[in-house]
Amino acid sequence: MGKETNPMATAGPIEGYLKVEPEVTVDGDTVTLDARGVYYRNLNAAVRAAFAEGAKTVNLRNVNGQRYIGNGVSGAGLRIEIDGVPGNDLAMFMDGPTVVVRGNAQDGVGNTMNAGTVYVHGDAGDVLGYGMRGGKVFVHGDVGYRVGIHMKAYENLVPIMCCGGKARDFFGEYMAGGVLVLLGHHTQFESQPLVGGFCGSGMHGGVIFLRGEVEPWQVGKECGIFTAGEEDMKTLRPVVEEWCSEFGEDPSAVMSGRFTKLVPVSHRPYGKLYTNM
Amino acid sequence: MTTRPAYSQESPFKIHGGCGLMGICDETGRRFSGSVALESMAVLHERGNGLGGGFAGYGIYPEFPDHFAFHMMYHDTKGKEEAEAVFDEYFEVDLAEPMPTRVVKGITGAPLLWRYFLRPYTHKVESAEMTPEDYVVHVVMLINSTIDGAFVASSGKNMGAFKGVGYPEEIGHYFLLDEYEGHTWVGHNRFPTNTPGWWGGAHPFTLLDWSIVHNGEISSYGINSRYLEQFGYKCTLGTDTEVAAYLFDLLLRRHRLPLSLACKALASPLWSEIDRMPEEQRELMTTLRAVYGPAMLNGPFAIVLGFNGGMVALNDRIKLRPLVAARKGDVLMVASEESAIREVMPDPDSLWAPKAGEPVVARIKGMDWPIHGDLHLAPSEISCAVTGVEDSCDTVEVS
Repeated sequence: MGKETNPMATAGPIEGYLKVEPEVTVDGDTVTLDARGVYYRNLNAAVRAAFAEGAKTVNLRNVNGQRYIGNGVSGAGLRIEIDGVPGNDLAMFMDGPTVVVRGNAQDGVGNTMNAGTVYVHGDAGDVLGYGMRGGKVFVHGDVGYRVGIHMKAYENLVPIMCCGGKARDFFGEYMAGGVLVLLGHHTQFESQPLVGGFCGSGMHGGVIFLRGEVEPWQVGKECGIFTAGEEDMKTLRPVVEEWCSEFGEDPSAVMSGRFTKLVPVSHRPYGKLYTNM
Repeated sequence: MTTRPAYSQESPFKIHGGCGLMGICDETGRRFSGSVALESMAVLHERGNGLGGGFAGYGIYPEFPDHFAFHMMYHDTKGKEEAEAVFDEYFEVDLAEPMPTRVVKGITGAPLLWRYFLRPYTHKVESAEMTPEDYVVHVVMLINSTIDGAFVASSGKNMGAFKGVGYPEEIGHYFLLDEYEGHTWVGHNRFPTNTPGWWGGAHPFTLLDWSIVHNGEISSYGINSRYLEQFGYKCTLGTDTEVAAYLFDLLLRRHRLPLSLACKALASPLWSEIDRMPEEQRELMTTLRAVYGPAMLNGPFAIVLGFNGGMVALNDRIKLRPLVAARKGDVLMVASEESAIREVMPDPDSLWAPKAGEPVVARIKGMDWPIHGDLHLAPSEISCAVTGVEDSCDTVEVS
């Protein structure tokens, strides 16, 4: 409901987003949209229109809660820069572009994402990277519950996610592929454990790297707990370096920590659950 | 706006979705406009589907601070007459008036909306050997369970619920929320899943000073409602959230559990977590789960409890519904999404996602009732609740 659909109620408080086109500024192949108070459908239509007309970068100003930004947008070399807090399911089904959030992100970032990169310069919420099947997600700070749940990989499509702070329960639950990294380096929860419980529960593919130690109770019984070795560091180093480069952190400080590696002990942990006969 | 499904058309379906909620409290007791709650809820528009929106405000009736303010919904004049007969029997009615509303496109089919400022007859309270609060609860249950077509939307002092079928920004506008000032507000955007969308079924659910807004579903509704019936509560509204309001009333006001323990009774730690606790805490939590097993809320939820004196936000123990909290000076705010906070608090001092099962609490200085401090109870002292005998609780020292 926007104001224009409610003509009888003209006085009083604002009533939500306006179903109007956002204000557009074009500068070469960069398009800037002012999202303040603009309904998410109008905003996302304007983003798609800008790319269709040849824009390479779309800057979104004053974003607050608009959902589904960057959803299903395809094409490498495209860029969406967001000032503010984008709404749920940012970059869902995204296939190639780069999304930068200058603020926190809400729930469901990178849901079933296929390719491209998301950088979140603040914290991110729950179910980050749910079912991600390719591309990269980097978060500077803390993340919520069920992060990296059911990430998956196929041949050269290997999703990578790196979270710089701490995570809650169900980190990497049912993970089937990809690389999931938790650094515990940039956090507002200094006194709390690096990761909650049920980390890697039901995991049957991929690898989780945690910078620090975990207690066995924190980790799902489908996981083996190892100390990351030389080979693992070859996988980790470029991921950590990209995280540091984007967020202005010192790679040597981050890499100096000891990393724990979680990998599944079986690729079919429930293979006999229903077919034991 | 497309035509919304009517009650009868909507009820056979189960629509999966998520509600939206918010709560805000100025801990100095400073009052501010209800439009703050309205603007915040408008950001959560997509979390509802137009089948329920509502708010509760505290400190909104400074001219009647000691009256029980009854917000009523009537299906017809017969329901109104019958309810007013009950009021006349139990209360001194100092003011009865229609709820002020304005015409808002999208809001149709409103019931008759009235409000009453009531004082219980002292001699009747005394002869019933009840507290005034229990007396009011009795009347609320009486009206909701026996008068067809009358429904108590709220019944607390210096507070009120404003709710109905529509989006919250429409409902807030309809009830002129911008013309009220309160120190605490809760808001809700409904996406009905298991129960129908109707005016009385919109959130918040209230009893006395308590108001509850809820996102999720309470799978333990059956066992919770049977437990509550033993204490005289009647669950009549056809919506699971109702039990949360009554459970808080039972645990906090009648059993005088410390707030932190009441929250642990409703969102109990997992047994595996309890096993890892230090012995004293393990014994306490084991006892709490044993005594208050039927009060445990199972299923996914984020709830905000408002009361005269503050607000509590609580998640289920594995965070199956979203909740974000922020503080700016003396103002604490919670919401389903960060954007709903930033809309009215753009630059908070701190902002965080609360941990599952750990309450976020705002308390207004100098307004202690009905929360009886965060005193520590020994496991043996909790057992008074097993019998439902409240006298044994009175020996607990209140700090």
